[in-house]
Amino acid sequence: MSRLRVLAAMSGGVDSAVAAALLAEQGHEVTGVTLRLACYGKTPLSPRACCTLDAIDDARRVAQTMSFPYHIVDAEQVFRERVMMPWVDGYASGRTLYPCASCNQHLKFGDLVTRMELAAADRLATGHYARVTREPDGSWALRRAADAGKDQTYALALIPYAVLGRVLFPLGELEKTAVRAHAQRLGLSCWDKPESQDLCFVPDGDYAGYITGQLGETRGTAPGAFVDERGARVGTHRGVIHYTVGQRKGLGVALGERQYVLGIDAAANTVTLGPRAALARAGLVTERVNWLLPTAPAAGTRVLARIRYNHAGAAATLEPHADGGVELRFDEPQLAVTPGQLAVFYDGDRCLGGAPIREAVGTPRGLRVSAPAALAR
Amino acid sequence: MSIYFDHNASTPVRPEVAEAMLQALRDLGANPSSAHSEGQRVRAAVERARAQAAVLVGAEPRQVVFVSGGTEGDHLAIVGSAWAQRERGQHVAYAAIEHHAVHGAADVLERLGWHHSVLPSDANGLTPPDSVNDLPSGTTVLALMLANNETGVVQPVAALTARAQARGIRVVCDAVQGAGKVPVDVGALGIDYLVFSAHKFGGPKGAGALVIRDRAPLEPLFRGSAHERGLRGGTENVPGIIGLGVAAELAARGLAAESARLLELRKRFEAGLKQAVPDIVIHGAAAPRLPNTVNASFPGARSDHLLLALDSRGLAASAGAACASGGVEPSPVLKAMGVPRELAICAIRFSLGRTTTEDDVARALAIVAESVKAARKVTVPS
Repeated sequence: MSRLRVLAAMSGGVDSAVAAALLAEQGHEVTGVTLRLACYGKTPLSPRACCTLDAIDDARRVAQTMSFPYHIVDAEQVFRERVMMPWVDGYASGRTLYPCASCNQHLKFGDLVTRMELAAADRLATGHYARVTREPDGSWALRRAADAGKDQTYALALIPYAVLGRVLFPLGELEKTAVRAHAQRLGLSCWDKPESQDLCFVPDGDYAGYITGQLGETRGTAPGAFVDERGARVGTHRGVIHYTVGQRKGLGVALGERQYVLGIDAAANTVTLGPRAALARAGLVTERVNWLLPTAPAAGTRVLARIRYNHAGAAATLEPHADGGVELRFDEPQLAVTPGQLAVFYDGDRCLGGAPIREAVGTPRGLRVSAPAALAR
Repeated sequence: MSIYFDHNASTPVRPEVAEAMLQALRDLGANPSSAHSEGQRVRAAVERARAQAAVLVGAEPRQVVFVSGGTEGDHLAIVGSAWAQRERGQHVAYAAIEHHAVHGAADVLERLGWHHSVLPSDANGLTPPDSVNDLPSGTTVLALMLANNETGVVQPVAALTARAQARGIRVVCDAVQGAGKVPVDVGALGIDYLVFSAHKFGGPKGAGALVIRDRAPLEPLFRGSAHERGLRGGTENVPGIIGLGVAAELAARGLAAESARLLELRKRFEAGLKQAVPDIVIHGAAAPRLPNTVNASFPGARSDHLLLALDSRGLAASAGAACASGGVEPSPVLKAMGVPRELAICAIRFSLGRTTTEDDVARALAIVAESVKAARKVTVPS
């Protein structure tokens, strides 16, 4: 590869550090940049691996070690408007959004791409585990990472197709262990930093506590009825923001059989509970799909669909809708189809695109149990 | 090689200074407080530096106390003077545009029970002299900067001081940005304490001086030994002090010619900026300013974006005062001047210096034009 000018997004974690450092080591002209997103200075002594000023110090230290320039760019406003508040609104209306996908869509592969010219950069690099290939027909393809356990294509499904030709994912072919080994070899002090697991802006994983405490949100906090599949009241819930579809823990009800959240109706302020088998859905309908393809696929296209980050994937058939969304029919019913989470479609290791799930369709009894359509958008 | 337009943050050490410091590190190993000949040799070098430092600001050598720099000097003067006058009152004041170091010293006093007032700034970045009249009785110390670090605006210190002294208020002058760039005379200013720092005029970092006019009260903060006439305990930073002395002497000697040269370069730079970016706003343009400083807003080009673009193209400048977190918070100085937020978050400070050439100015202008164009394309909410 010829010498490139690269804008490297650095979160402060080991992955983005190694991505930037490897490019610098290969002789590319790297400029490191950290997007200042949120919550800095408000979470003292947070042990979490990103989202604090420590993250900025860590990223800067990597830049110093590798002798490339480093800058901080403020993105707090956009993060709040495009990522955090929609996530909060989602919780308040019974939908569990996946904010990392919208952060990638709007900030890392949205606004940051527009900032490439600041550094006169040819490429944008991140520490995501994913690969981009050029297809024989000239199109670009987003493909799963070599390290299947670390693959992050699910979180990248909403990024614009047009940026695929401008991004570099230096970790796409590497195992995580190799990434840490590179960090150690290059003398990067973050080499043994713990993995970040949870949402970067919720330090302790207590979403409801964050939404009500930090953000002062009151929507979705009123107690209401737990109901069973027939609508009969079976208990009292603590407010819809405490629940997500498929949730089993923390329900505080004892009904003989183990109970799961089947659906959330924020307008009625009810949370529907039922046995595990009742979580099964035959399919789903999505919002408008972001296709990582030059043209949308035809009706009847067979795909592997993942419906949450850690979902292995299920064989399914796509039926495009006129509104840009799709209806997806699983070969086998899938458990816990959650409105707000992404449905991401694959052909082998190629990620075809994805979209937020609007609603599940096809309960065993033919009912629809999900957030009402009025609230879904 | 990149162009360095950030001399208000720090300056490259002058070669003569580096040479003198190296020699001190090699040859002056003894403690200046020791009675033996080796110690006396070091003491003599420190006292030579004290004389050199005094000349730069029109003071007597005996009035000079060496400190570690501007922040310590501000703390020693403000806290030490307020403490020494505690029986007269527990109220201090400073101008809104003061450096963080002054805010920090006032904060120390606040925690000890003092109160404080803040003098406003006008739209040109000047502190109105009559604002001193509004200070409450019992005010004992007023801190005023000679020239603002962000805008370069030179303050009416003599007029402010005259009003302060009529009310029995002692004046601390933070001359960190002014000393070595414009003529400074403690007698003419009439102030009681003056602080300056070596690294702003070709000296090393970590060396500064506090000038204490005769009979100005001061309680020392570092105690336990008789260094610096008992006003600042701690074995002297000998190489730093020697570097400060040489830098002060060189700056004083070349002051008139150098400030005229810089003013010419700055005029050329400002004219070029206005030509390249017609809607540019130069802050403090209507006020007297340091010859080396331009603080300008480029509407629509957010300063964090612009800095990245400038740096990528080889021009080192700064967004107002250096900020640890790099946010787009408007600078408190521009805020105090009433600059609207959308303009304040687009401000960049360029500060020229001894190493700046005509060629640098021409190249910098091209870089700024290109960078502003790039930064204006990034349209994200902020």
